[in-house]
Amino acid sequence: MNTMLSINNLHASVQGKAILNGIDLQVNPGEVHAIMGPNGSGKSTLANVLAGRDSYEVTRGEVLYNGENLLDWSVEQRACEGIFLAFQYPVEIPGVSNIYLMKAAVNARRKYRGMPEMPAVEFLKLIREKIKVVDMKEEFLHRSVNEGFSGGEKKRNEILQMAVIEPTLAILDETDSGLDIDALKIVADGVNSLRSEDRAFIVVTHYQRLLDYIVPDFVHVLAGGRIVKSGGKDLALELEKAGYGWIEIAPVAEAADA
Amino acid sequence: MSTTTPQIESLVRREYKEGFVTDIDADTLPPGLGEDVIRAISAKKEEPEFMLEWRLAAYRNWLTMKSPNWAHVDYPPIDFQKISYFSAPKTDGPKSLDEVDPKLLETYEKLGIPLEEQKALAGVAVDAVFDSVSVKTTFRDSLAKAGVIFCSISEAMQDHPELVREYLGSVVPTGDNFYAGLNSAVFSDGSFVYIPKGVRCPMELSTYFRINALNTGQFERTLIIADEGSYVSYLEGCTAPMRDENQLHAAVVELVAMKDAEIKYSTVQNWYPGDEHGRGGIYNFVTKRGACRGDNAKISWTQVETGSAITWKYPSVLLEGNGSVGEFYSVALTRNMQQADTGTKMIHIGKNTRSTIVSKGISAGRGQNAYRGLVKVLKAADNTRNYSQCDSLLIGDRCGAHTYPYMEVRNHTAQVEHEATTSKISEDQLFYCKQRGLSEEDAISMIVNGFCKEVFKELPMEFAVEAQKLLEISLEGAVG
Amino acid sequence: MTTAVEHYVAARNALVLPGTGLDWLDELRNAGTRRFSEKGFPTLRDENWRYTNIRPILKQNFTPVAVLEGSAGRTEGLSQHLLPGLGAYRFVFVDGHYVQELSDATGPARGVVAMPMADAVTRGLDGVKTWLGACVPEDRGGFTDLNTAYIEDGLYLHVDRGCHLEQPIEVVFISTEPGGQLIQPRNLFVLGENTRAHIIERYISPAGRSHLTNAVTELVACRSSVVEHTRLQEEGMDAFHIGGVFIRLHGDARVVSNNAALGSMIARTNLHVALQEEGACCHLYGVYLGNGRQHLDNFTQVDHRAPKCTSNEFYKGVLDDRARAVFHGRIIVREGAQKTDAQQQNRNLLLSGHAEVDTKPQLEIYADDVKCSHGATIGQLDDSAMFYLRSRGVDETTARGLLTYAFAADVINKISSAPVRNHLEGELGRKMFGVGRPEELS
Repeated sequence: MNTMLSINNLHASVQGKAILNGIDLQVNPGEVHAIMGPNGSGKSTLANVLAGRDSYEVTRGEVLYNGENLLDWSVEQRACEGIFLAFQYPVEIPGVSNIYLMKAAVNARRKYRGMPEMPAVEFLKLIREKIKVVDMKEEFLHRSVNEGFSGGEKKRNEILQMAVIEPTLAILDETDSGLDIDALKIVADGVNSLRSEDRAFIVVTHYQRLLDYIVPDFVHVLAGGRIVKSGGKDLALELEKAGYGWIEIAPVAEAADA
Repeated sequence: MSTTTPQIESLVRREYKEGFVTDIDADTLPPGLGEDVIRAISAKKEEPEFMLEWRLAAYRNWLTMKSPNWAHVDYPPIDFQKISYFSAPKTDGPKSLDEVDPKLLETYEKLGIPLEEQKALAGVAVDAVFDSVSVKTTFRDSLAKAGVIFCSISEAMQDHPELVREYLGSVVPTGDNFYAGLNSAVFSDGSFVYIPKGVRCPMELSTYFRINALNTGQFERTLIIADEGSYVSYLEGCTAPMRDENQLHAAVVELVAMKDAEIKYSTVQNWYPGDEHGRGGIYNFVTKRGACRGDNAKISWTQVETGSAITWKYPSVLLEGNGSVGEFYSVALTRNMQQADTGTKMIHIGKNTRSTIVSKGISAGRGQNAYRGLVKVLKAADNTRNYSQCDSLLIGDRCGAHTYPYMEVRNHTAQVEHEATTSKISEDQLFYCKQRGLSEEDAISMIVNGFCKEVFKELPMEFAVEAQKLLEISLEGAVG
Repeated sequence: MTTAVEHYVAARNALVLPGTGLDWLDELRNAGTRRFSEKGFPTLRDENWRYTNIRPILKQNFTPVAVLEGSAGRTEGLSQHLLPGLGAYRFVFVDGHYVQELSDATGPARGVVAMPMADAVTRGLDGVKTWLGACVPEDRGGFTDLNTAYIEDGLYLHVDRGCHLEQPIEVVFISTEPGGQLIQPRNLFVLGENTRAHIIERYISPAGRSHLTNAVTELVACRSSVVEHTRLQEEGMDAFHIGGVFIRLHGDARVVSNNAALGSMIARTNLHVALQEEGACCHLYGVYLGNGRQHLDNFTQVDHRAPKCTSNEFYKGVLDDRARAVFHGRIIVREGAQKTDAQQQNRNLLLSGHAEVDTKPQLEIYADDVKCSHGATIGQLDDSAMFYLRSRGVDETTARGLLTYAFAADVINKISSAPVRNHLEGELGRKMFGVGRPEELS
């Protein structure tokens, strides 16, 4: 099996401050990886660096995606190559309807692959089918992107977009934060329905709770910008009991010298 | 991914596709302005005597006026003696289609405004004004059946002098301002609409203005009267050839809405904006005003302004009747060296009057974009409401966005609210769209269109689509 | 017949001002006279004065007052009008001249120079030479030029680097009998690096005669200084008051400006703030309370000249009877002033059917990476709030009073000095409702 994502000794900083200090992670198709860790450990930074946000500067290391150098690509090229980021704080875009954005996103990908635009009827059918998965009303399709949505609605909307776009590698950045248990189940169902042999997930979360519903193949604990422990799904339960206090945080200086 | 200046520069290049010149024999007055010129215009149009007197009075008054200098626009003084005040293609006014010069038909065809009724957009009647004269008005017969008068203002002077005499200048007096004064003296043509009592105009009315001749000013005059309980939606579009010289367009539009009548006036203004060095382009100095004469009348202005080197216009509403309503929805885009100073005046005179102002300004390149608006509540205007929202979007670090609202309130039961924001396109929105796979250009276009949505939804369907396209083309390259 | 301009120029030339003969000072004053003679007074045709007609001010030729000889008599009984409990260093000027008996200048801390401007210019102190006139912008207007032509007295304050003034400095300008005076205070406050200070400037005229106060204050906030400037205009209802306040902020300086306009028949303040260097931050709070036939005009201009500066402006007005208020709020963001954050709010409450408000916020923006907004509202007391209070048994007058207090309070409460806050709240009650400060607020 070919590795889908190979992160090797990745260092990154924000405004000159080192956040990631040597991340190593291999993700294969079909796998679900959970990234856990205390606040400020670099979880969201990792998600944003993979998606290509330009305020994050990669200072060392490499990221290969299906064998190609991911860091050379623009944000939209990564997206068209199948990387999807479910945002921790989805932005509001006044005046742009949700359905319009999704249609534009689907067609951008098709254009990238040299395919014609999806016919409107087909698209509508697709979206009507997917919207059921996240239990959203159709009116949400015609409202402006995330504008006036509650926290839970925004997160469900991210999952809806993911379902419509059908990415190869989906990165969920604290999608569970601020969700009540019902919304959490809906989000998890949405993710689980998309699990397949050729698709991988990186689920970034602070709490073990989400992993009761999205059962991961691997759990990694991030601290001080490095993965300090990896294991199976039981590691998450251990963390739940013990908290993050036991984690020995690797000194940054040492990591930087490594 | 950040929008850097060089990227923006490289992107501000697109051809103005309406910039061609029609080669047609024209009857053009030599440049110059004086009473003889005004007499000549009036004679050419075989106007009734009262019109000549009216024009001459306006001219004599204009001579005492100074050009306004308060707007946030910058241009060299205009030599009014170098402008030709009349130019007409050599045909004898609007006739049946067979008599219209094929070159003119071709011109409008090329602009996407077919004048053959069978080819026309369903439900839209067009008055085509070419330089100084109206060349064709479509669907006149079907409109006449509903009692609607839709013709050029020259014809109206011949056929309905009593209406012209009563209403012309009743909303914008000849001495109102410098450019309205000039227009009153020399206007050549324009559209005239009368909707009788209780009639809902069966189709959209529209005028398409085209400046063609060199060194010619265009001074059209539009008068729309909606009698009690009637309704009309009127659209206006404008284009001009690309020329290195600036050309003056000083129009006056007057709207009169009687009791319970409603006028919806939409403009998509795409005069030639000049090139990226600010060479050429139209000076668009326009006075537009509507009067809600009767109770519960409503006047709504919607404008999409993407063209012209300089735009100076303030479509306004005099809310005279109790319970009358005024609205102003505007999108103004300036790029390259374009300058716009535009907004509205809402004058609350009657009780329970309401007004809404939504203005969206977009500045790119070295464009300067100013919103200027007045909300005035007079003493007797009890329980009036006004809400204004002015948002500006900046694209690039060499443009300017300015907001100058004036609120003058003389009645304590009024509620007047104004909000304005200025910002650039947020990096977060851009990142979000790009993460979904959209190119930077598509992302910006989408976000800008979203920004303008509140205004576009006020436009009639065909125009909304055209406006959106126009904005996309104007932004093509205007953004990085 | 001489024009008003000629009158004021002639009156100026007849005076022997302190420090006459010093080149730098003569030059400064003469330039003021020259510009004033050329440009004269503003008219309604000036965009910045379109809502304020100063013709009533020009009907009368006000005359400068000579230095008080043995101030006895004229200063009698004036001390009762001073604010109690401020705990401040106090400098009192009567009809434009410093009066030591009423002042308490004993011992501002080390590193602080505080003295009458008349002394400071005569001595030719470096700080005065460097800064006097330096903060006044190009578009200063005729009244500022007139003041510059007459520079005579006022407070000169210089706080050395690193000094923290624990107590406020109070500067009081009192005008007295018999009326007809031209009073032109000129203040200069230079706050050095890393200083902290609160300066309270107060204008009163207990005698209630007609006079013209035309004051100019310049304030320089050097790098990282933290300054509060509170201006209380409480002159009599027959007075004319024009006040220029020119503030300049250097890097990371922070200025809070509180501006209260209660008095005068026609009053206008011109508040110009220049954010000169990166990281400067200003908060401008204003309240204007008009009744009778008062005309209160607040002109404010915030000029973002450097990146990463913040400005936050909040002005509120309450108008009763036939009072009229004008608010101009201009925000300029210059080319290159990226990461500017400029916010402005103006809210007006009309209590009477004859009160009027003209408000004109303006944004002029020449940089793209900015967050700017302004908002303005004009309205009356909230019906539902009135109903709510009355349904709880509060009578209508009290309810109106309470809601009006609540309206003005969020600006008044920004002032750090409790005695000043209490005083303003009391004045609000007395002026607008003929009652004192309501119990509920104390």
